[in-house]
Amino acid sequence: MKRLLIATLGILLSFASSWSFAALEIVITEGMSEARPVAVVPFKSLDGKVPPTDLAEVVASDLRRSGRFNPVDIQQMPQTPSSSTEVNFEAWAILGVEAVVVGTTRMQPDGNYVVNYELVDVIRGKELNGGKPMLKDRKLVEDTGFVLSQGQRAVKPRQMRQYAHLISDRVFLSLTGQRGAFLTRIAYVVVNHNAKVPFQLMVADYDGYNETPLVRSKEPIMSPNWSPDGKKLAYVTFEKRKSEIYIQDIYTAKRTKLTTFEGINGAPQWSPDGKKIAMVLSKDGNPDIYVMDIETKALTRVTNHRAIDTEPSWSPDGQSLVFTSERGGKPQIYRVHLATGKVVRLTFDGEMNLGGSISPSGEELIMVNRTRGRYHIAKQDLTSGVMQVLTQTRLDESPSLAPNGSMIIYSTLHGQRQVLGMVSIDGRFKARLPAADGEVRAPAWSPYLY
Amino acid sequence: MRLKDLFKGVVVALPLFVLMACSTTQEDSDATATTSGPSTEVVEPADEAAETSVAEPVLTPEQERELQQAELRKQHIIYFEFDKSDVQNRFADILDAHAAYLRANTQVKVLIEGHADERGTPEYNIALSERRAKAVAMYLQGLGVLDSQISIVAYGEEKPVDTSRTEDAFAKNRRAVLVY
Repeated sequence: MKRLLIATLGILLSFASSWSFAALEIVITEGMSEARPVAVVPFKSLDGKVPPTDLAEVVASDLRRSGRFNPVDIQQMPQTPSSSTEVNFEAWAILGVEAVVVGTTRMQPDGNYVVNYELVDVIRGKELNGGKPMLKDRKLVEDTGFVLSQGQRAVKPRQMRQYAHLISDRVFLSLTGQRGAFLTRIAYVVVNHNAKVPFQLMVADYDGYNETPLVRSKEPIMSPNWSPDGKKLAYVTFEKRKSEIYIQDIYTAKRTKLTTFEGINGAPQWSPDGKKIAMVLSKDGNPDIYVMDIETKALTRVTNHRAIDTEPSWSPDGQSLVFTSERGGKPQIYRVHLATGKVVRLTFDGEMNLGGSISPSGEELIMVNRTRGRYHIAKQDLTSGVMQVLTQTRLDESPSLAPNGSMIIYSTLHGQRQVLGMVSIDGRFKARLPAADGEVRAPAWSPYLY
Repeated sequence: MRLKDLFKGVVVALPLFVLMACSTTQEDSDATATTSGPSTEVVEPADEAAETSVAEPVLTPEQERELQQAELRKQHIIYFEFDKSDVQNRFADILDAHAAYLRANTQVKVLIEGHADERGTPEYNIALSERRAKAVAMYLQGLGVLDSQISIVAYGEEKPVDTSRTEDAFAKNRRAVLVY
């Protein structure tokens, strides 16, 4: 286990130089022993022209970060095949590697690269004699069923990372049966308290690359939330010295003001069908949950309680909202059924539970748990009610789930600074994304983008 | 009038001002004018045989009270306990002074900013900080300040004065700030 971790760190360090373009840089803080060994062999350049992105490195990092796989170190590889026909199944099987990703690149005259990849099942490959003719039921057969996934595409140099994430998505789907969430983005707020314009709303690839500022402001920006089509963000801005909710198209930068009620305009959350936004307003006295129809601006009040109600989050079916309320004394998470208005308390463990959201499967609640004064990310099985604390970092807040429910991104304290952390849904894999500059807050994981 | 000048001097001397420097350039120029005023009256070098000095003026009780309250109004930050929004007794004198000033000057408006420390979630802290600002507003209203003179903004944990995340820093960040 320890050796594995050291090997992992070694790989990370060797790649560190090629990561200099990322504003957020992932540092793995905790590995895991039960991850499945796989191999991502460096893609072979067929013409000696090296693409700007090391595709194999991106795919290996994605798979490792999922917490489900443990890509072997390049130095440990028994061979470096570039196609399924070159794979020595025996050699990989001895290492315990169950799947190998191989690929090639070739530059076209227009400057784009033709990328080819194959995902090979080592055990099947061994059984099927690597696709070479073999005797089966007294007949000579050739079976290449050991190639689990393959693809070829002409890719622009600047889209190379995106294509690598797409390969990761396909590999993940083939090996787990679950859709990968590597070709996704995160939105977050960067704060430099000493800067002239301290607040910036950013969008980046989920791994921190291709960071793009969308809004810069002298006053706070909060609570970015993605539209279900991944094209817009709702967020809260204080630029007029009061809170307002805006919707902004991330591709055209066009933005519209959604609400500017007296008091709090906060915590916007897009409904799964994209037609409504749940939010917190205090215009009628104190913070309550409302749902606004985006098209008609018609407002429906969901809660009406003298205690604080905040942090609405939709169930995947759009039929109910979970929210934080201190109606029981301390903040705990409740669920309100929208059709009936019936409210049920969901959390009971610890002094407080806040910031709840339901996993895409509808089976788990993700939240911030406070126990003995410490704030950690936790999950609770909605059927059994069993709660599990997933993190050990400090002042954890703003958990946001990947669209496939496999990972949580959240904001946490590292040293004196707020950074983004990642934890796998089983809590076994943890990583940190330290920012180059400033504090990083309010992460929101995008939906699937294709 | 004199009171108002005094008050301006008070406001600009406040540490909070640093935070808001970007949006308050007008106050900025006022600041330099008011604060440098008294200190320019330097006593001339004693090249004469006799020196002159000043006597303490005798203040009427009203003037004395006025001065006292102006002094109190230099304090414009009300601090709160963790996860609490009730105004503690130790801030009663300060708020009384602000209320008296606002009652006497009904054209003056005050913005009450609510803030929270960095524990808990940002959204919950927005709600908590609004409650703190409202507690201060209600306190002032209870002392006769008009509703129309008061506005509120809840910043939650988004604008800490101390980002070191120690207990001391948290205590400094749990506050309501009166901004004129």
